[in-house]
Amino acid sequence: MTNNILSLDNIVKTYDKNVAVDGVSFDVPRGSIFGLLGPNGAGKTSLIRIITTITRSDSGTVFLDGERLGGSHPEQIGYMPEERGLYRKMKVGEHLTYLARLKGLNAIAAREQINYWLEKFEIRDWWNKKVEELSKGMQQKIQFIATVVHQPKLLILDEPFSGLDPVNTNLIKQEIHHLQGEGVSIIFSTHRMEQVEEICEHIVLINQGRNVLEGKVSDIKNKFKKNLYRIQFSGELPAGLETRAQIVEQTPNGITMQVGDEAESNKLLQYLLQHGVVVRSFNEILPTLNEIFIRQVKGGD
Amino acid sequence: MDKLWLIIRREYLTRVKRRSFIIATLLTPMAFAVFFAVVGLIFQYESDDSQRIAIIDEGNVLKRSIKDEHNLYFKFVDVELGLLRENFSEFDYDGILVLPKVKDLLSKHYTAYYYSDKQPTLDIESLIRDRVRESLKEYKIEALQLDPQQLEALDTRVELDPEPIDEAGQNASKLTGAVAAGIGGLMGVIMYIVVFIYGMMVMRSVMEEKSNRIVEVMISSVRPFQLMLGKIIGVGAVGLTQVAIWAILIPIVVFISTLVFGFDTHSQMEVAQTSAAADFNPEDMEAMIALALEEFHGLNWWMILPLFIFYFLGGYFLYSSLFAAVGSAMGDDLGEGQSLTIPITIPVVIAFYIMMVAIEAPNSSLAIWSSIFPLFSPIVMPARLAFSPPLWEILASVVVLAASSVFFVWLSGRIYRVGILMYGKKVTLKELSKWMFYRD
Repeated sequence: MTNNILSLDNIVKTYDKNVAVDGVSFDVPRGSIFGLLGPNGAGKTSLIRIITTITRSDSGTVFLDGERLGGSHPEQIGYMPEERGLYRKMKVGEHLTYLARLKGLNAIAAREQINYWLEKFEIRDWWNKKVEELSKGMQQKIQFIATVVHQPKLLILDEPFSGLDPVNTNLIKQEIHHLQGEGVSIIFSTHRMEQVEEICEHIVLINQGRNVLEGKVSDIKNKFKKNLYRIQFSGELPAGLETRAQIVEQTPNGITMQVGDEAESNKLLQYLLQHGVVVRSFNEILPTLNEIFIRQVKGGD
Repeated sequence: MDKLWLIIRREYLTRVKRRSFIIATLLTPMAFAVFFAVVGLIFQYESDDSQRIAIIDEGNVLKRSIKDEHNLYFKFVDVELGLLRENFSEFDYDGILVLPKVKDLLSKHYTAYYYSDKQPTLDIESLIRDRVRESLKEYKIEALQLDPQQLEALDTRVELDPEPIDEAGQNASKLTGAVAAGIGGLMGVIMYIVVFIYGMMVMRSVMEEKSNRIVEVMISSVRPFQLMLGKIIGVGAVGLTQVAIWAILIPIVVFISTLVFGFDTHSQMEVAQTSAAADFNPEDMEAMIALALEEFHGLNWWMILPLFIFYFLGGYFLYSSLFAAVGSAMGDDLGEGQSLTIPITIPVVIAFYIMMVAIEAPNSSLAIWSSIFPLFSPIVMPARLAFSPPLWEILASVVVLAASSVFFVWLSGRIYRVGILMYGKKVTLKELSKWMFYRD
């Protein structure tokens, strides 16, 4: 039992002279919610297709739970693609049973799991409805159930919230956290940074087929911070302040300052207090993932 | 293997349970029933429409005797033509036939006149003409004092009975060719329809899966090849089911409608006799039918039926896999990909025409080579089976078709796995051939 549910080692994939993935390596810690980020065309989908065994990499290895990825592993993975659909003419119950059985469940286990999820989403009476009779939001619930019905170890969600209404978005978010609580590892692919910040603990950032950033969200933020502090105060600022630290921005009710390194922030605060400034708040300004993302993607060019 | 079975089952059951399938399967035999009912009604209607014809036989050609036909009534009259014409509406006649004197017994031409307020229909015209010709023949024989028996002997009917060189060989009767052509043609047509209907069904289903975006979910559970093969087998089973139901229902329906509408072989024979200038009598015809039936039973069905099923499956697998490959390359829009189906439909159509020729000349080199060439053999070879082609040709054709079906399914699988994940790109044939060499 390794600590990583998934390890990618130097994955390369080319399509007809076009390099989609160019030596990507990263690890997904067991039980984490892991963000796979990157602009459109960065190679996210190619990577996901390799992990889900839809395609094979040209070189490099993938380990799922310590085993080299092979034919039986799709049954341990639940994949919800960005572009997702259902057979329109099938009944909900039949459809879910079909997909569950293709993931290796026997008829009885499939029935139990489907009942559990339909119950959970309070849609028990949909069993005999045809998919085409359902609204888009309803179909999204069915798609989510189809992804998790076989109790996968690893869940891969590609832009899971695109096209979802706020109610379903919340429902799926809750379920993602709930599944994580049960020990399921989740890879969450998106380019919407506010969602990543809200949900993910670890991320990897892919650009032009390479990984540019990898690690814990908090570590990455610390790494990219510029030691900016936002100070709200009352009273007069001391005259020689700008010799102590650079003033980045000054507004009537606050000031943003940049210091040389983290240790200097304490000195700055001390200095202000000694000079009679009433400090109401003293906050470190961390960069958002969005800023880091844009900086990395543009800087990489 | 388990998953392949699940896919086959779904592809089969969702189609067979669909209302449109049930309707199409049951309505086709009904359409046959309606066809026979309509044909029956048409014949009944025609026999109601009787015609009365007055004959002025100036030359005494008919010697006052002419048989009434099923819807024609003749009457000899001794009235002046002028008088009859003036008061035509008062007489209860539909037409006046005037037969002038025969001026030159050795002339090959003779003109009779038909007066009527309506144009005579084609069958009445030909019927009267035949009657007058027969009577004139007898009239001339008598007038020229010829011996009718000698004349009869001049008209020899020649039959050609094929006999094998090898004495132990099967003795084919004179009807073998005709019966074999009939059965062969029917089999060829069935194959042609099967390839088109069910091949297209596979293609549409592949396109639907792609444009529905279910396909990526599917291939994260099963290999693309399994999905394609499962679909082909499932739809093939649907095809076999449908053809089997038709094979049972159509003869039943035809039999019942024959009973109800009395459209039997007898009236068919009458039609054949009146419309064509067939000069054999009903007894001859019955003997022929008996011989044809014997011939039909004499065919080696233990050989033909299994082979027919083999060609059905081989042709279906070969073409439907190609249709699947093309379907995978198409976008959401059917019209855009139409040009891609042309390379597949052309060989099918060519095979159909070769099949027509092969029935006429089943042992020509065109027929022999195209029944070995795998793109043509599923349609051409079934048509030749009833002609008992040499064993080596059957073996060669079977081996080549079996090997090519496997090859084409494999090849299409290579195109399919790339095509189903390719969106928003206009695909050319050149591109398709590149996909075959993509790595997984």
